[in-house]
Amino acid sequence: MALTGLFLISFLIVHAGINACIWANDGGVMFNKAAHFMGSTVVIRIMEVGLFLGIFLHIIQGYMLEFQNRSKRKKGYAVPIRNKGSKWYSRSMGLLGTILLLFFIIHWKNFWVPSRFTGVPGPEMELANGQHVHNLYALMQSTFQELWIVLVYIFACISLCWHLIHGFQSAFRTVGVSNARYLKMLKNIGIGYAIIISLAFAMMPLSMYLGWVK
Amino acid sequence: MEHTMINLTLKIWRQKNADSAGQFETYPVKNISTEMSFLEMIDVLNEDLINEGKDPIAFDHDCREGICGACSMYINGRPHGPWHGNTTCQLHMRAYHDGDTIVIEPWRANSFPVIKDLMVDRSAFDRIIQAGGYVSVNTGNAVDANATPIEKDLADASFAAAACIGCGACVAACKNSSAMLFVAAKVSHLALLPQGAPERNTRVLDMVAQMDKEGFGSCTNTGACEAVCPKEISINNIARLNREYMLAGTKADK
Repeated sequence: MALTGLFLISFLIVHAGINACIWANDGGVMFNKAAHFMGSTVVIRIMEVGLFLGIFLHIIQGYMLEFQNRSKRKKGYAVPIRNKGSKWYSRSMGLLGTILLLFFIIHWKNFWVPSRFTGVPGPEMELANGQHVHNLYALMQSTFQELWIVLVYIFACISLCWHLIHGFQSAFRTVGVSNARYLKMLKNIGIGYAIIISLAFAMMPLSMYLGWVK
Repeated sequence: MEHTMINLTLKIWRQKNADSAGQFETYPVKNISTEMSFLEMIDVLNEDLINEGKDPIAFDHDCREGICGACSMYINGRPHGPWHGNTTCQLHMRAYHDGDTIVIEPWRANSFPVIKDLMVDRSAFDRIIQAGGYVSVNTGNAVDANATPIEKDLADASFAAAACIGCGACVAACKNSSAMLFVAAKVSHLALLPQGAPERNTRVLDMVAQMDKEGFGSCTNTGACEAVCPKEISINNIARLNREYMLAGTKADK
């Protein structure tokens, strides 16, 4: 869980970084260029296979862990322990992960499947060098005109934030970082990372919906 | 503190033996001194039950001074009751008010089966300790106390881990019924010292293997164990256990 989790944490930085190109507010030229680079570079495409392996390994391991752990106390307590000592999000990683998995299905259907397989609808964009690229930016704009999709994305980002706040520091504990000072620092970095990444992702559909970027 | 007498309602898990289903039974207790310990309060109830010709409530206890790890009891949704860093035997009735209802349950985990009422079988912990094996020491004349210099910080950290009394509150509180805090304390207290270094790798591998064999859950670092530990064993020991285990796995042929 920890190794795949840390791998996915590093991926999120790349994902958020590329998507942040929409805020160049240049009609999507920079974003489409970046998306084209990611889609057409062989090394990146090979890494994409590794990414999906990482995601699915994380999901499968996560569910195995959740179900195994749930089976370890057949007879439960009449008075549950709840928040006495642990945080709700630390105890709800399975639930938060399931929300994210359901979101991924929508998210992949919205963007990944069209860009890789079925084709991005609408005319391609012509870059300054004459190259024609998929207009993924236009697809983002049209997708995020629907309020319910924007709300689903924001809800997923909130879930991601809680998932990362626990996951980030827990991953370092699992790989054996036991220095109290480092752990405190990693916990704070994790909270900062979770908030910044989730906020960045949540702002993307919101920026499109509210017309902050054209 | 002012000494008062209080009346309480107890809801206690009664279970005849390991195979019977068990159920909660309600007992009113009257004139309980706030200076009594929690176990003394159960003693009073048990005397009444015996006088009435009923079966007294079975519960584990031994030293009654917070150092043996025998007492358990999951009280109102928290192992060892409401006080922080405290065992059930050291919990005093001044923690409660007149008219309170207290729900008392045994530790719940598949690896801690109920023997009777509030007593659970914690021999899984003994088998984990046994799996750790022995520690090599020089025999012959007693070694001088300061013959092996140990850094003060390490000695303190080791001592803090060695304070684990093996009561099982960590397992009882963990949503995964994981015994990682217990095993981490036992592994850490030797891993931090030069003593026992020859068996360092096999010890951690064997203890973790036995822990898994006993059917405890996996740690997900929620922190509930640390919060209820009567000896305030730090969850950071679990991170140390993880490191010890990984490093040992690369070195020992197990």
